[in-house]
Amino acid sequence: MESVESQIAEWRAYVAEAPGVNGRDVDELEDHLRYQIAELNAAGLTADEAFLVAVKRMGDLDDLSREFAREHSGRLWKQLVLRGGDEPARASSGWLETIVFAVAAAVVVQVARLAADFPDEEPSWLARNLSLFVLPFLAGYFARRRQLEIRQWLPTAAPFALAALVVNLYPWGADSATEDLVALHLPVVLWFAVAYPYMDGTVRSHERRMDFVRFTGEWFIYYVLIALGGGVLMGLTAAILEPTGVDPELIAEWVLPSGAAGAVIVAAWLVESKQRVVENMAPVLTMLFTPLFAVMLAGAAVVYAVTGLGGAFDRELLGTFDALLLVVLGLVLYGMSARDPSESPDWMDRIQLVAVVSALVLDVMVLGAMIARIGDLGFTPNRTAALGLNIVLLLNLAGAAWLAARFLTGRSRLHRLERWQTAYLPVFALWAAAVVVILPPLFAFD
Amino acid sequence: MHIDKDLVAASATPLVLAILAEGESYGYAILKRVRALSGGELEWTDGMLYPLLHRLDRLGYVTTEWRTPREGRRRKYYVITHRGRAALADQQRQWVTITRALNDVWPGSDVLLTALGEA
Repeated sequence: MESVESQIAEWRAYVAEAPGVNGRDVDELEDHLRYQIAELNAAGLTADEAFLVAVKRMGDLDDLSREFAREHSGRLWKQLVLRGGDEPARASSGWLETIVFAVAAAVVVQVARLAADFPDEEPSWLARNLSLFVLPFLAGYFARRRQLEIRQWLPTAAPFALAALVVNLYPWGADSATEDLVALHLPVVLWFAVAYPYMDGTVRSHERRMDFVRFTGEWFIYYVLIALGGGVLMGLTAAILEPTGVDPELIAEWVLPSGAAGAVIVAAWLVESKQRVVENMAPVLTMLFTPLFAVMLAGAAVVYAVTGLGGAFDRELLGTFDALLLVVLGLVLYGMSARDPSESPDWMDRIQLVAVVSALVLDVMVLGAMIARIGDLGFTPNRTAALGLNIVLLLNLAGAAWLAARFLTGRSRLHRLERWQTAYLPVFALWAAAVVVILPPLFAFD
Repeated sequence: MHIDKDLVAASATPLVLAILAEGESYGYAILKRVRALSGGELEWTDGMLYPLLHRLDRLGYVTTEWRTPREGRRRKYYVITHRGRAALADQQRQWVTITRALNDVWPGSDVLLTALGEA
């Protein structure tokens, strides 16, 4: 039996290599294999023969791996081999188109900066158009990478064209608050527009939506890393050039905007092709920060509730809390997308629930304060946008908390929770679009 | 007798659900039951059962649990859920309809419906 054990171990290692198959699956398959071997042994076959027959019955590993991959497409995301089955992964290729799109975005941003004479002048058209200078290139990059069909070009380009028309044809008033809101919300709208080419047009697929969430989280991590590295590089360059009399300000003016724009495309390329690197890092980061945020949120919820500070939210604090709630939502969403759905509830799910419930409590308090302000002072563009955002968040968090609690008590499946979140994504997109398109005319572009 | 691949695939879900409706089970036992039920005529590739079981799990038709029996290795058990039973009932209706239709165009053979116990 000694040799069969080593054969099984070898087989096990071989199966574990297959894309789409994880450790638990291998355990299950090995259990099956051992049964089969034992039964064949009992029927009179030698150990070697029994092993060979059992492996043969298990089926072709490529087919099996593809079947597993199809079922667990979330895992397969790691290997990027599902498309077309035999098509080789195009991991290393594509750097040329990446550079072309990145340089294009960098140049456009630079031209816009020169036209606006930033930073000496700060015309408001620059801020509200900024995402329109960069994100179309990201959409174009994905349209090319996914090789979209011609009929898919229109839905890819339409949001950008419409956005460009809306933000530039609206007759903005001077020092317009709605204009500032547009500058803040348009990037969100356009990011969702990038989802269309990213998902190859299959926007109804919940699995692909989850992929996009995962992409967003990993893109963010890569972008922050690039920004950190770029910051160090620029700092050192400035220090080295200082004795030569070059103004460090000048470097920042020229390099920073273009670098930030190009990095948007480069980060997307890194997520697509250097998947494994960030994949090892991202779950660790979520695991590290989810508990910390949960503690912080729970603490804040208790303190604000006990001291009654909740009623005294002022404008600054409201903004901070909105940002905080969005970060929590991002963490929860990303944590979910990086999770293996077949695992049963563990301590991380409990901590996430603590974070979500605390965020919910805080959101209710924020909402209360906000409604009180609106009752006292009436609607303004800022208050309306903040109120809408908080209602959208409140519904999402309430649904997530309810489903997470049911999941933890074994009365519902994680799948339901994922569905809730992926089905909710368009609500965020629609709200952001409403702030860009509907809110300004409502408040007479003030 | 060779059974067409598509037919094997189409019958896999109702078969597995029906076996689990008899009581909780694990992969190897399910496969043995399939062989016994079909008199060895239904040839499944063993490995393919598992992606199927995982899909049923994702759809909420079954729940799973890893357990270690006293004498043996850790093993994953599958238990049919309420939704799984509903899906099974739905599948049964579909198969009865198909069987009845086939029965009607194959004159002189009541074999199918008798086998289904649904004449």
